[in-house]
Amino acid sequence: MDEKIKARVMDASKIRRSLLRMTTEIIERNRNLNNLIIVGIRTRGIYIGKRISQLIKEIENVEIPVGVLDITLYRDDFAELETQHMVQKTEIDFPISKKDVLLIDDVLFTGRTIRAAMDSLFDIGRPQTIQLLVLIDRGHRELPIRADYVGKSLPTSRREIVQVQLKEIDDTDEVLILEPTALK
Amino acid sequence: MEFKHKHLLDIQALSPEDIATVFETADSFLEISSREVKKVPTLRGKTIVNLFFEPSTRTRSSFELAAKRLSADILNFSKQSSSVVKGETLKDTVLNLEAMNPDALIIRHASSGAPHYVAGFCRSHVINAGDGSHEHPTQALLDAFTIRRHKKSFENLKVVIVGDILHSRVARSNIFILRKLGAKTVLVGPPTLLPQEFTKFEVEVDYDLDHALKDADVVMMLRIQLERQQKSFFPSLREYRNLFCLTKERIGLAKKDAIIMHPGPINRGVEITAEVADSARSVILEQVENGVAVRMAILYLLLGGKDRETTD
Repeated sequence: MDEKIKARVMDASKIRRSLLRMTTEIIERNRNLNNLIIVGIRTRGIYIGKRISQLIKEIENVEIPVGVLDITLYRDDFAELETQHMVQKTEIDFPISKKDVLLIDDVLFTGRTIRAAMDSLFDIGRPQTIQLLVLIDRGHRELPIRADYVGKSLPTSRREIVQVQLKEIDDTDEVLILEPTALK
Repeated sequence: MEFKHKHLLDIQALSPEDIATVFETADSFLEISSREVKKVPTLRGKTIVNLFFEPSTRTRSSFELAAKRLSADILNFSKQSSSVVKGETLKDTVLNLEAMNPDALIIRHASSGAPHYVAGFCRSHVINAGDGSHEHPTQALLDAFTIRRHKKSFENLKVVIVGDILHSRVARSNIFILRKLGAKTVLVGPPTLLPQEFTKFEVEVDYDLDHALKDADVVMMLRIQLERQQKSFFPSLREYRNLFCLTKERIGLAKKDAIIMHPGPINRGVEITAEVADSARSVILEQVENGVAVRMAILYLLLGGKDRETTD
């Protein structure tokens, strides 16, 4: 590892409270929850999506399906990648046309991932609306994209790394800011 | 996990890990072919040339669809309508096409080793789509991929390959890939089309189909190349049919869940009866469907990303 932890910005309870707050915002804004579907962007967007779906079920007793989106094939930097990214499956087993899609990712940074995700969604169907939820908005946008629901806005410098860890795959719930120790 | 090859010339150059990478990638590409919009923008701006010096419908159209579903542009070249009939050599044909800056050449040629020869002097990625009686690597990859979707593991799997082994590049590539994956392969055919030398490939050679079919998990029938029949490799089609045609009775000798494969084109009533070819255990059309996903995976793995350091 050639990076050190600079700050621990969220712990498990902060993450839980912020997901709960965003869930109530989602419920408030989407009067017809039956038309809502969740699409999580690989990898951590999936788990945030599943947690939001669970929270909506607890509060409103509505089952919101969760799909999985892999954006590898839609990356705009595909021809410049030094290492090849393994393509993984997109698993959206329900129609998305005319649906209100809640797109979910862990960190919003340049906006390019979201651009790729939206392109990918439109190849699968024609949603009525797309809303965006992110746990962390760290700024530095390169495209005109903004999130509808933000867990936490985090001013960062470009060289810092924001790392979201979730119990489902990382054994712990926390958000860290890492700083590279040596310039490569 | 990383695929470090510049070309796909034969199965022999691939490691079991490379093969696993192709399979995992193809798993993801299968889903794209089932979408309403069967296209992703990944290889936009790349040019691929289908260079077919031998006739083909399945392989050529499969590669063409694979390239199109990845948004690459594809140029189809066939021998009949080209300057090859005016006497242009393979090298000159390739050099002229390369002058137009393609990114990949997909080559089928009647001479064994032609793609290897081309890979030696050209800049593009070269994919072997069948060379003489040497190899047909994408066919073997899609065959093994199809087996993998039906059987839990290749370990201890008994695969019986039946027919004209001598002339079959499909058989050779399958022998190599099945060995790398740990399956047990049994070759069956008339002695004229299945010389004893094949035992060097660490496979069993059997001249009795009924005997070989016992406990078989996979039965792969090969096409009898009728165009070669004038050389009399067997006395008559009727005799071949009596001894080696896969009939309903014969398939009863294999395991209950055995699958039936054929790389196509089928001679119905010669190597396989229509009844068996169209039965529920036949995965022949599934092979065709999987072929597109496997070829998309190959194109993606070879052409994707920056020009990387490669091992070949």
